[in-house]
Amino acid sequence: MSYLELSGVRKSFGPAGARTEVLSGIDLGVERGEFVAIVGYSGSGKSTLINLIGGLLSPDAGRISLEGKPVSGPGHDRAVVFQNYSLLPWLTVRDNIALAVDQVFPGWTRQRREDHVQHHIDLVRLTEASRKRPHELSGGMRQRVALARALSMTPRVLLLDEPLGALDALTRAALQHEIERLWSEERQTVVLITNDVDEGLLLADRIIPLSRGPGAVLGPPVPVDLARPRDRKALNHDARFKAARAEIFRYLLGSGRKEPAREPAEVR
Amino acid sequence: MSDAAALSRPRTGAGWSRTWFLPLIGVGGLLALWALTSALFSPNLPSPLKTWEVSKPYLLNPFEKRGELDQGILRFTGYSLWLVAKGYGLALLIGIPIGLLLGLSPLFRSSFDPIIQILRPVSPLAWLPLGLVLFGKSAPAALFTIAICAMWPTVLNTALGVRSVPQDYLNVAKVLKLSRGKTLFKVLLPAALPYMFTGFRLSLGIAWLVIVAVEMLTGAPGVGGFLWQEYNSLIYEHIILCILTIGVVGYILDRAMYWVEVRLRAESAS
Repeated sequence: MSYLELSGVRKSFGPAGARTEVLSGIDLGVERGEFVAIVGYSGSGKSTLINLIGGLLSPDAGRISLEGKPVSGPGHDRAVVFQNYSLLPWLTVRDNIALAVDQVFPGWTRQRREDHVQHHIDLVRLTEASRKRPHELSGGMRQRVALARALSMTPRVLLLDEPLGALDALTRAALQHEIERLWSEERQTVVLITNDVDEGLLLADRIIPLSRGPGAVLGPPVPVDLARPRDRKALNHDARFKAARAEIFRYLLGSGRKEPAREPAEVR
Repeated sequence: MSDAAALSRPRTGAGWSRTWFLPLIGVGGLLALWALTSALFSPNLPSPLKTWEVSKPYLLNPFEKRGELDQGILRFTGYSLWLVAKGYGLALLIGIPIGLLLGLSPLFRSSFDPIIQILRPVSPLAWLPLGLVLFGKSAPAALFTIAICAMWPTVLNTALGVRSVPQDYLNVAKVLKLSRGKTLFKVLLPAALPYMFTGFRLSLGIAWLVIVAVEMLTGAPGVGGFLWQEYNSLIYEHIILCILTIGVVGYILDRAMYWVEVRLRAESAS
């Protein structure tokens, strides 16, 4: 059994009689310390999948387990970084992170919690901005705060839901680099959701395509055995990179029905 | 540099005219209409000049106390403000929890929304007698009336505020597994505060509106009480003095609240 395991997970949305099945039988195993990227179209149910693992949604059928224990509801062992940062705008960078630390480690001394917060602010290189509020920060900096908040929970699994989707291309590249650096320091188990195949190839050990919804399923995983740290420029000429890229595109372009992808209902 | 100055001059000129000159025309026009009305159509209406003459002692010594019913205008205003403060405080104390329940509990909303919609438009003149019946004395009845009339905007805006909290913030609360109390105080209330403050501002406006009616009916000392007493004593100049005072104080209260509200919004804008 894998560290994080999903078997036969299904999820539908909508009123009875007009329900749309967004995910139709998801089987996924993620090993400890592994970086897995799930790549798919917008609206194919990627966010639904991460919300299921995060415990914000519960599956209609199937099982989700972490370290052999079934997942039911949110937990501090799974931290989520959302696409739109989800920082509390009235709190400073420090206080946003402290909110998580105080909640997850209530037993620690005040000093230890403060040090822990500071460590994670430094980790994402926001030492200078720690007293600022989110609206004073750029999109990239906000997402660093969200990353620091998630990491500060020292979760067993880090769930990244298109964390770079709202950023411009240059900031995106910088943050991809940042995520890789953090990952190689901490060897965190990560599930990354993205619509950018190259991003997946740059960061992940394994890429799994999600077919076009409704009724999305995971395709065959594509291992990415490229040495780290990966160099964006060199990668473009690497034969294995090109082969993996082609394989994923072949699946994504060939998958699913011709009907247009539907946006799944919002999580409520 | 001289070009810039030349360009900006007409614009600042227009700005000056908009902020000072045009409003002065408005005031002047109204004064003229007032003077004409009192001279030609309504001999009982005192002229602007006479109003000023008779009001002078109340304006120039605004805090003087010559007798229970004969005090400087700001002294009366102070009494009214104090009563408003108490009634308004009570309105917030009752209104905020009701608003929270209304916004957070669909069950509560279904049960009480119809009643709220029916009670909301009831005039202060209707509530006051009920207050007198309930409490037997005029002071608590006055408080009751101010509170029950003023609380509705706070109730409705608090409910709207907590219902409008972005799902993202609630997801944060869920992922962190914040308790209900922590979610309320660390996420819901701060996120809803700008909405709530709009409610607070509107409530204060109503409280100030209600105070005059309440003072007239209960005879409590204050601007409204003074107004009614001077009407009965046939000193009509003071009616106008009171109206202007009520207007100016209401405007200042509203601007002060608005000032805070704008800062709150800027603070919580993401």
